[in-house]
Amino acid sequence: MGYARDVGALARKDLLLELRARDTLPAMLLFVASVFVVFHFALPGTPSRLETSGLLWVAILFTALLGLGRAFVPEREQRTLDGLVLAPCDRSAIWLAKSLATLAFLVAAEVVALPLYALFFHSIGGATVAAVLLADLGICAVGTFLGAMAVATRARDLILPLLFLPLAMPIVVGAVGASVVEAPGRYLGFLALYDLLFAVVCWASFEYVVSE
Amino acid sequence: MGRIRISLPALAASSLVLVTTALAFVFFVAPSDANQGFSQRIFYFHVSIAITAYACFAGAAWKAFRHLWKRDPRADLESYVFVHQGLIFGTLVLLTGSIWAKISWGHWWLWSEDQLVLFLVLYLFYCAYFMLRFSVDPGPQRANLSAVYALFGVVLIPVSFAAIRLAKQLIHPVVFTLHGPNFGGWILVTYCIAQVAMPVLAYTLYRLELSAKRLDVRLRDLREAFA
Amino acid sequence: MLTARRLGKRYGEKRVLRGIDLALPRGGFLVVTGPNGSGKTTLLRICAGLAQPTEGAIERMAERAQVGYLGHEPLVYRELTALENLELYGRLYRVPERRERIGMLLERYGLWEARHERVASYSRGMTQRLALCRVTLHEPQLLVLDEPYSALDEAGVELLDAQLAELRGESTFVLATHDPARVEPLASGRLALA
Repeated sequence: MGYARDVGALARKDLLLELRARDTLPAMLLFVASVFVVFHFALPGTPSRLETSGLLWVAILFTALLGLGRAFVPEREQRTLDGLVLAPCDRSAIWLAKSLATLAFLVAAEVVALPLYALFFHSIGGATVAAVLLADLGICAVGTFLGAMAVATRARDLILPLLFLPLAMPIVVGAVGASVVEAPGRYLGFLALYDLLFAVVCWASFEYVVSE
Repeated sequence: MGRIRISLPALAASSLVLVTTALAFVFFVAPSDANQGFSQRIFYFHVSIAITAYACFAGAAWKAFRHLWKRDPRADLESYVFVHQGLIFGTLVLLTGSIWAKISWGHWWLWSEDQLVLFLVLYLFYCAYFMLRFSVDPGPQRANLSAVYALFGVVLIPVSFAAIRLAKQLIHPVVFTLHGPNFGGWILVTYCIAQVAMPVLAYTLYRLELSAKRLDVRLRDLREAFA
Repeated sequence: MLTARRLGKRYGEKRVLRGIDLALPRGGFLVVTGPNGSGKTTLLRICAGLAQPTEGAIERMAERAQVGYLGHEPLVYRELTALENLELYGRLYRVPERRERIGMLLERYGLWEARHERVASYSRGMTQRLALCRVTLHEPQLLVLDEPYSALDEAGVELLDAQLAELRGESTFVLATHDPARVEPLASGRLALA
């Protein structure tokens, strides 16, 4: 299980870096709260459950983008990606570890965001929580992958949302669907399928993103 | 692997003939549709252009795969030109679709039209491909990133299609919309001609642009060799 | 160990390397010199496997796990401690008896006292010494060093001299430097880039 150990070592490094920097998670929390307030003013009156569900997912998506933009910053600024690429480990381990670390932070942000949403707008059911977890997997897998691509460009964090949003569209459909319908099974299944499909594609092609 | 090299002038000539024939058939031979009248003629092109665009994106993904897996040195440029052609034809899909929507339903845009929405998402996706490509200096890294992204695109197509279908069921229960002409007789013939003409046109433009780009590359190599 | 034939590298319009040939036997010591911008760094990155040539070919008889690369950047995380950095690389390179080896290296390079402090607080010389620890941690057979002396303090210079002398003959070296006289006694081959 050398691969698992590599992922563990790398994920540990990513978590440590983020905990030490101490800026991304607070920023995400503050951002999500502010966005909810903006939503209130953007949709005056009492928006329906369907409308606010949509808003929840817009909020999660953009909060995630905030965090994802920072994911590869240490590797880029200190060029430590070279060090990781030189190591004998499978390059996909770099992606997997970074995704898991980002996932941890996204979930941490949602632990605050979801109760806040329930407070401001509508209550949340089990299906929504399941949708959040499944969507998080897809967001982190694809977002981290694209974050590594973005880091190699001149445009950097400018280009990440452009790359990410078209790919995130199915996640939004699945997540909003699961949040509002009575029988969320189909939408949750779709999210799981998306996660599986794109995780495999990301895992298989990360090698080419970081090496020449 | 022996490749049958179709010359560019032959391709251009075939395109001209086919497209002219298709236009003639669409406007003069095919019977008018009782319900939609003239607008339905746009549909001949709309569908064939859409399929051509899909084929271009698939071609881009195939070339991307060849670049990554087989290290084919020509594949990167070929993949890029396929994406470019796909985007051009994608623009035409959105335009013809929009015109058709206006004539048929009175609106320039319809969220209920699966194909249109799908193409909008793909359009944004492949526009981002260009942003990506222009944001990285030419070299093996740019080729790798472009190729990987093109592969993502081809995976996105079916997933987005399913997503759009699911999204529609959120608001309306399952509705089967049978739009498009009933196939038969001259309609089928016209459609087939259009369907052949569009890919040939696309391939001609692809070869045209590819040869221009290859010339650029060779010019640069020569300039550089004498520097 | 390392063979290159008509190696060339171009980044888009910019030509960096042209027509390089080299044949480095196992245990050899190649010294690469040349002014700034002559492509030393690019050549060393190709030797280490970080970059691919655009013309020609290179053969490397060492796997990734057996290569050690020291570039202009120390390739250590500034927000982690020296110990955490070496732990990470130690795990990734599957270094046997990791703790002991890390301890030994930190002590040898005079970083043992500072091992629990973040690299961000280190002086430039200390950071470069940590980079040397990182490079030699997994006992690589091929060492590619890009101007290793440049960021070192006096103590570090002596340590590096000693380390090179010790490893000379066991490992294969590619070393780029502005000061070839210093490594001249160790060199088995020389390559001057225009």
